[in-house]
Amino acid sequence: MFAEFLQYLFSGVTIGATYALVALGFTLVYNASHVINFAQGEFLMIGGMSTVSLLAMGVPLPLAIAMAVALAAVLGVALHKLAIAPARKADVITLIIITIGASIFLRGLAQIIWGKEFHAMPSFSATESVNVLGAVMYTQSLWVLAVAGVLVLLLALFFTRTLMGKAILATSMNPGAARLMGIRTQFVLMLAFMLAAVLGAMAGIMVAPVTLTAYDIGIMLGLKGFVAAAIGGMGSGVGAVVGGLLLGIAEAMTAGYISSDYKDAVAFLLILVILFFMPRGLFGARVAERV
Amino acid sequence: MALRLPERVPGLPVLALVLLLLPLFLGNEFHLDIATQIALIAATVVGLNLLVGYGGQVSLGHAAFFGMGAYASAILTGTYGWTSIPALLCGALLVAVLAWTLGRPILRLKGHYLSMATLGMGIIIAIVINNEGWLTGGPDGLAVEPLTVLGAELSIFDHYSLLGLEVSGAMLWYGLAALLLLLAVWIAQNLVDSPIGRALRAVHGSEVAARVVGVDTSHYKLLIFVISAVYASVMGSFYAHYTGFITPQVASFEHSIELITMVVLGGMASTYGVILGAVLLMLLPQLLTDFQDYEMMMFGLILMLTMIFMPKGLLPTLSEAVRRLRPRPATTPASGQE
Repeated sequence: MFAEFLQYLFSGVTIGATYALVALGFTLVYNASHVINFAQGEFLMIGGMSTVSLLAMGVPLPLAIAMAVALAAVLGVALHKLAIAPARKADVITLIIITIGASIFLRGLAQIIWGKEFHAMPSFSATESVNVLGAVMYTQSLWVLAVAGVLVLLLALFFTRTLMGKAILATSMNPGAARLMGIRTQFVLMLAFMLAAVLGAMAGIMVAPVTLTAYDIGIMLGLKGFVAAAIGGMGSGVGAVVGGLLLGIAEAMTAGYISSDYKDAVAFLLILVILFFMPRGLFGARVAERV
Repeated sequence: MALRLPERVPGLPVLALVLLLLPLFLGNEFHLDIATQIALIAATVVGLNLLVGYGGQVSLGHAAFFGMGAYASAILTGTYGWTSIPALLCGALLVAVLAWTLGRPILRLKGHYLSMATLGMGIIIAIVINNEGWLTGGPDGLAVEPLTVLGAELSIFDHYSLLGLEVSGAMLWYGLAALLLLLAVWIAQNLVDSPIGRALRAVHGSEVAARVVGVDTSHYKLLIFVISAVYASVMGSFYAHYTGFITPQVASFEHSIELITMVVLGGMASTYGVILGAVLLMLLPQLLTDFQDYEMMMFGLILMLTMIFMPKGLLPTLSEAVRRLRPRPATTPASGQE
């Protein structure tokens, strides 16, 4: 009974940590530019898929991960430079359609390169699983949690201790004033897109051995990340992490105790209920609309 | 606002003329089939534009209403033996009640939270349709009875004699879809020019300012949400009868995105613009089939580039360009800025 619960909790926290990373990517880009980047999920796909390919070519794992992340970072910068920056004066909904166009483009490209089939990635450690209080814990889950933890910590340090991090925060609060203070806001925006791409790629690589990877996994993972970010309250870093974990655990519990058919509905039901009662999410800032 | 008038007075007759002459240029049944589907989807998008273009409220879940209409008609006529029109009306009523119930809490939300909530609502409905196979046939889809009107069955495979002329069922369906599109446009234009339309444009401009001058904004937003949902439901019903077979794809997130893309691509708050958006977005995959594997990539690229270079949408950008080309009439110095 307890072992069963623990089992669901393990898998929930594992996938939840992935959602948290995607949500952090959403939050970063949203804070810096107020754009909801629907292409965020595609970076998970690109990270996972290119690592699989590089491993198949005989590249050692750490190097393969580094190369895949670098590729995602370049694509993140390109997305900002080529698609978002030229249209910065457009409506919110126009920007949404542009990022959707970008995600369809990336998915189409991936389909040409890697085909439509699922790809498997071996677990990072030789031991596949360990037994914890009667529940099976995959060592890959520990990898996901450790890497997610380290990334969140690094991000927190980046925003509180470095000038660059503070420049991003300043730009998100007031771009005009930030520019007057000598912050190159266009560079800051580019950096935010790059960091979001890196976070996405890392999440995609870490979770690939658990869930398999394919050209179209980005849609659902991206949407769930968006939900996690909105649960926490758009723009809140703590909210993104809490939202991600909450969503992952809720999904795993539903799949285990209620119905695995409705696993994907949990995220969307949760967000509707939360928004009905707290229109700005759990940790969202109360802002007055400027007229 | 005065600029709107000259554009829309001749619009409806021109659209009617285009729809009337179009079959002469359509070479075969396949082209006629695509034209019929486009007309039905375009009518849906005209309804969605009322919400998004005029009301300024984003919906990323509108395909769910289209899907509910389609499935209501399919299930009520197929499983329960109803005739088409009562089934269609029942579906529309169901959708109206659902949109009204969900719309109240959803439309209180703003910006990205509104996108999120409509997206969530749409996906949940799509998942239910997908999972409740005993009722909907599940992922395998559901066959739909042909449309019956006053006891007569309208099937695309039959031939009918109309005023002594031999007409194919496919051609009759095209005529019906064209009429529905004209009706959709006519209703939409009247709504836009009514007090409802004026209130909505005020909401789009600034919701707070609209409320300050005494517009009951939440009432009008809810009203237009329900109206656009009913548009989608009715067209979904006709679409189901026309294609004769539906899958959960009609209610999916991807379909919702297609619908809203048609609005934004064609030009928000431009009724003829969004029709153009529907035409182009539905023709594009047909044109891109030659590219086979590259189809998806090309589609994404074209979508991205159009929106980057024409952020206001195709028709507004084109008409702006035409206006610039035309020599400007002499204006008083005070009205130099438009």
